[in-house]
Amino acid sequence: MANNVLLQMKNIHKTFPGVYALKAVDFELRAGEVHAILGENGAGKSTLMKVLGGIYAADQGEIYIEGKKVEIKSVKDAQNNGISIIHQELVLVPYMTVAENIFLGREPMKGKFVNASKMYEDAQQLIDSYGMDIDAKTMVRDLTIAQQQMVEIIKAISYNSKILVMDEPTSSISEKEVKFLFETMRTLTAKGVGIIYISHRMSELAEICDRVTVMRDGSYIGTRVVKETTNDELISMMVGRELKNYYTRDYQTGGEVILKCENICDYKMVKDASFEVRKGEIVGFAGLVGAGRSEVMKCLFGLTKEYTGDIYIEGKKVKIKSPSDAMKHGIALVPEDRKVEGLYHIQSVRFNSTIEVLGEFIKGISVNRQKEEDITQKYIDLMSTKTPSMEQAVGKLSGGNQQKVMIGRWLATSPKILILDEPTRGVDVGAKSEIYAIMNNLAKSGISIIMISSEMPEIINMSDRIYVMCDGKITGCLGHEEVTQEKIMKLAAK
Amino acid sequence: MDRVASRNKKSTGALLLNGFVQWLKDNLGIIIALVVLCVLLSVNPITQKSFLTMKNIFNVLRQISTNLFLACGMTMVIILGGIDLSVGSTIALSGCLAAGAVVRYNLPLGAALVVGVLVGLFIGICNGFVISKTTIPPFIVTLATMNIVKGLAYVYTGGSPVRVVTKEWQFIGAGYIGSVPTPVVILIVVLIVTTLIMNKTKMGRYIYAVGGNSQAAEFSGIKVSKVKFFVYAYSGLMAGLAGIVLASRMYSGQPTAGEGAEMDAIAAVVVGGTSMSGGYGKIGGTLIGGLIIGVLNNGLNLLNVNSFWQYVIKGAVILLAVFIDYIRQENKDKIKIK
Repeated sequence: MANNVLLQMKNIHKTFPGVYALKAVDFELRAGEVHAILGENGAGKSTLMKVLGGIYAADQGEIYIEGKKVEIKSVKDAQNNGISIIHQELVLVPYMTVAENIFLGREPMKGKFVNASKMYEDAQQLIDSYGMDIDAKTMVRDLTIAQQQMVEIIKAISYNSKILVMDEPTSSISEKEVKFLFETMRTLTAKGVGIIYISHRMSELAEICDRVTVMRDGSYIGTRVVKETTNDELISMMVGRELKNYYTRDYQTGGEVILKCENICDYKMVKDASFEVRKGEIVGFAGLVGAGRSEVMKCLFGLTKEYTGDIYIEGKKVKIKSPSDAMKHGIALVPEDRKVEGLYHIQSVRFNSTIEVLGEFIKGISVNRQKEEDITQKYIDLMSTKTPSMEQAVGKLSGGNQQKVMIGRWLATSPKILILDEPTRGVDVGAKSEIYAIMNNLAKSGISIIMISSEMPEIINMSDRIYVMCDGKITGCLGHEEVTQEKIMKLAAK
Repeated sequence: MDRVASRNKKSTGALLLNGFVQWLKDNLGIIIALVVLCVLLSVNPITQKSFLTMKNIFNVLRQISTNLFLACGMTMVIILGGIDLSVGSTIALSGCLAAGAVVRYNLPLGAALVVGVLVGLFIGICNGFVISKTTIPPFIVTLATMNIVKGLAYVYTGGSPVRVVTKEWQFIGAGYIGSVPTPVVILIVVLIVTTLIMNKTKMGRYIYAVGGNSQAAEFSGIKVSKVKFFVYAYSGLMAGLAGIVLASRMYSGQPTAGEGAEMDAIAAVVVGGTSMSGGYGKIGGTLIGGLIIGVLNNGLNLLNVNSFWQYVIKGAVILLAVFIDYIRQENKDKIKIK
């Protein structure tokens, strides 16, 4: 049973304008296995899954299901072939009940009307069969994120799916809920379902996955049996070169203390955080999602107004109650979610690059267009942003170039302290390496950088010092010469 | 030194030309629609004689001026991602109070006009205050003020018009400066001021930024509530201005004035290509949008079309204009994706 090939994707090619997203990718899934796909952001994992799910059509290549060649041209085709995808963002309707969501679009009917009692009965039966404690009549918005995920899985299974794709299902749920998720996955594989599992967390591989396929820059790199491989092998497959060349970093001990925060407390996520940053230092903030790292920075940047604690900049106590206060003191923040918190998508690169420094070229109603373009060009060059022109809508750029525009925007304010929250999320490998090199140069020129990152290799290789947070508290500080992944994890999961 | 100066001068001229070319390009669809409409009306045997006369053209411009005052404010509001339903009622209240100031309290004309404009500004400030300090949707807030203000206009007048018979009163709405109708002169000033605010000031950029992504604006350190406050106050000010111009043209402040005017203003903005979801739009487009609606109204009147049918035709034209724009956008996106 375990060796029955359920799905085969052969020689899949897909191009977008200017991007070769998938180059001759092969993939194989057996019945009853959990098969992980690993790769950096932009490696082509989600593109491959979108081809499988009928969202994108492949330019070339074949898909076989249980040995039969199939054409998947739409989401419907994928469903008919027993493929279900659980997306990273949940797509349930919040104001409908669990049962209504499960049977959305195919409600059991009694004549012209929905047979509600049968729908709730069937749904409850499904839920119970997975040993879940959810009432089918509950409104979806009243469930926890993990429970909602379970409902998604049940919904997917109720289509009689043989192939289940899970895209980073554990990124937003607690450890206990992860355990339950894994149990459910085991129940499913015992029934012969094949699961494709996309995750960034290496630690989960050993626990739940049987095989792992690595992708890089749109190409298939290789498939390994999890028990027979090591993390190091997988990382070098993912990155494709020695990590030492990938990260550019000249470690510094830093000059005088430029920023000192004492007992920052926001009464929600942050409990008593104290830390300091020296001139020219890159200080990492590590921790699990929800540990309060971004929230500390929101206090420091004045986005959170209700907080207590003291902030000293260059030894002087300062009051920061709004982003403009923070900017006055030379602090800049490049936010975690650039799509939601950073970019003005339909506006040009020029608009996006200069929005913080309008005062430098707009006086009353006179706009110095030349100066505006000079500023824009300066940061396009500095960040080596690839854009057809400065009038290009920023939403049309790639993730890496969008991030470069964001960092450039804040560098234009000539900050003393630059806070980068997940600076390489959704950024392709090449641009990532460039961003690291730029961070290194900035630090050398005397700018202090605070970097929040959930990517272990990144934070370990780039930081002079690393603060680790857990549950809103800073649980430790590690220098770059002593830091290891294990030490960080120990502090992060205290 | 000289060379630098001359280069700068040249570039301002070039910039103006570039701006004009860009405006033509941006609004090509609706400009063609406007031209076609005008050509049709000037060759049609019924309207041929009356349409292309100076008198009629000034008449059209005079009529659309009130709508375009509102539309200028509304363009800002919609780019901000909001809506202002209270402007129609504001026309009524500001007109009634301005007329009342002359007739009931014997205030001089200038003071009365100031009263009218300030009434509009005050209503705008109220809207702006609630919208910037709370998260209540602008639709609801301005729906409420729309009713409150309309009610106040009826309460103040007892339901009947406040007539003003002095000759000077008519100057602002029905008079001329040189040979150009006064409201047209005011309109030109308003268009220039609004365009300058949107294109040349920090506030203008902030309006686009907040409308495009208000959370990002918050992270940019833009004082979002200040921007919202300004925009709604400006919209109120424009409505106050429209109120006195209309009251002057009608020789009276009428509590029924401006009924449905907010919808005409929204129509002009949307036909002009401003996005209802915020972040994108231009005053230049709104001008064309307002002209299309004005010329259409005028044409239908000249053609003696039954006024009930006029609503149907106007609605259809709005839908058509927006539909054409939608198709154009679709195609543009398709080409890019391919």
